[in-house]
Amino acid sequence: MTMPKTSAEIQSLLEEMAETIREELADKDPLLVGIHTGGVWVAKALQNILGEDFFDAPLGTLNIAYYRDDFTRIGMHPQVSPSDLPFEVDNRHLVLVDDIFYSGRTTRAALNEIFDYGRPSSVTLAVLIERNGRELPIRPDIVGASVILPRNQQLKLRNKDGLQLEIRAAGALNAE
Amino acid sequence: MPSNQLTESGQLRHFLTIEGLKRPLLTEIMDRAEQFSGISHRQVKKVPLLRGKTIINLFFENSTRTRSTFELAAKRLSADVMNFNINTSATSKGESLLDTLHNLEAMHTDMFVVRHDQSGAAEFIAQHVAPHVSVINAGDGCHAHPTQAMLDMFTIRRHKQDFANLRVAIIGDILHSRVARSQIQALATLGVGEIRVIGPQTLLPRESQTLGVHVYHDMASGLEGVDVVITLRLQLERMQGALLPSAREYFRCYGLTEEKLKYAKPDAIVMHPGPINRGVEIASSVADGPQSVILEQVTHGIAIRMAVMSMALASQSEQAEIE
Repeated sequence: MTMPKTSAEIQSLLEEMAETIREELADKDPLLVGIHTGGVWVAKALQNILGEDFFDAPLGTLNIAYYRDDFTRIGMHPQVSPSDLPFEVDNRHLVLVDDIFYSGRTTRAALNEIFDYGRPSSVTLAVLIERNGRELPIRPDIVGASVILPRNQQLKLRNKDGLQLEIRAAGALNAE
Repeated sequence: MPSNQLTESGQLRHFLTIEGLKRPLLTEIMDRAEQFSGISHRQVKKVPLLRGKTIINLFFENSTRTRSTFELAAKRLSADVMNFNINTSATSKGESLLDTLHNLEAMHTDMFVVRHDQSGAAEFIAQHVAPHVSVINAGDGCHAHPTQAMLDMFTIRRHKQDFANLRVAIIGDILHSRVARSQIQALATLGVGEIRVIGPQTLLPRESQTLGVHVYHDMASGLEGVDVVITLRLQLERMQGALLPSAREYFRCYGLTEEKLKYAKPDAIVMHPGPINRGVEIASSVADGPQSVILEQVTHGIAIRMAVMSMALASQSEQAEIE
């Protein structure tokens, strides 16, 4: 699939994702959880499309910084807002949202963190973009678009005048 | 002044004193503590950030609050913690401090949290540990108690937001207090509007005026218009040095009572690093009263210590990456 770049292209992907979420989860009183920072933007966009009442509680947010697997290699990550799950996760169906699915390591960290809050009935992973480069036996359930990129390119979601995707050389993003 | 508590890139490697640290670093410690404080409200009060790290609490002097909050902080970060108290240790059998240290290091320790009654002990240990080991000062003699000062700053920020417009008074034995010394350095670095110390002449340092601190010998003028009132524990052993007539006399002059607290602003907060001597430096009605944030300070101690421990061990990771 070609890379969706404009806000309009992204919006139509979000609408398709929202439709899938509605079909699969409408009767399960699902809860919505976004991963900081891009996943929260995508989750908010999905919430706008599905309507405030679709989910059973306000949007939960996860900052997976304390659950990463590279602390002993690169130390602390820059600060982002702390995790905030304004609901009990026990016996609930969660929709976990991220912007870009790549290695699967962020999802691994997010799942570990969620299970420190309780034991959900199920977790459905929804991502705007799935790219090649998976390193773990984890894959998304609901995908806006799948793209193939060379190893030396990184994909970044921006939120300036609407959501936009940017391709950059690997390494450039880490310097930010 | 210790120069080795920061890495070349300005990250915290050890945490020995507030002296010489810049405002952005103190702010970062508080911001990170703010993020960590949420963990204490979760079902599982733990994150795996320091999993596999070994931290030794090396306490050569008694402590309940500080040692247990350091221990809890380490455990909430999933580190392995060992408490090592002087009374039960090999040092009482004649082993030298450095021998003890090297033995503990040989157990692949990543961090020492040190309390000692000698000023400079933590700094001394920091100079002698292997390059991959961090040292946190949990109080050394009359010198410094930086994590206490930071949890106090964190408590003030939670209640008062902007430091610049604040008037803060510290009451008591400033001369012998590592807590007061670290607090004054932190308050000054964070740009607090006015810092006051209140106490009898025998317990106030001579140089306090040169530090930009205003000195008062009576509570009425010292507490006038103050936003934050910090009382310090009166160390009863000072009485023996003829620095004070009696605990009762001290309470009459400098004990924080409801009447004296009225000199401060109506929304002033009352702080105390603990342990409190009720009826000596503070009346029970004030310690347990609506303006007291003394127990909040204890809670905040955990988050501040989580922040400092993770930042110091993170800088070790960054160093390793560079090498």
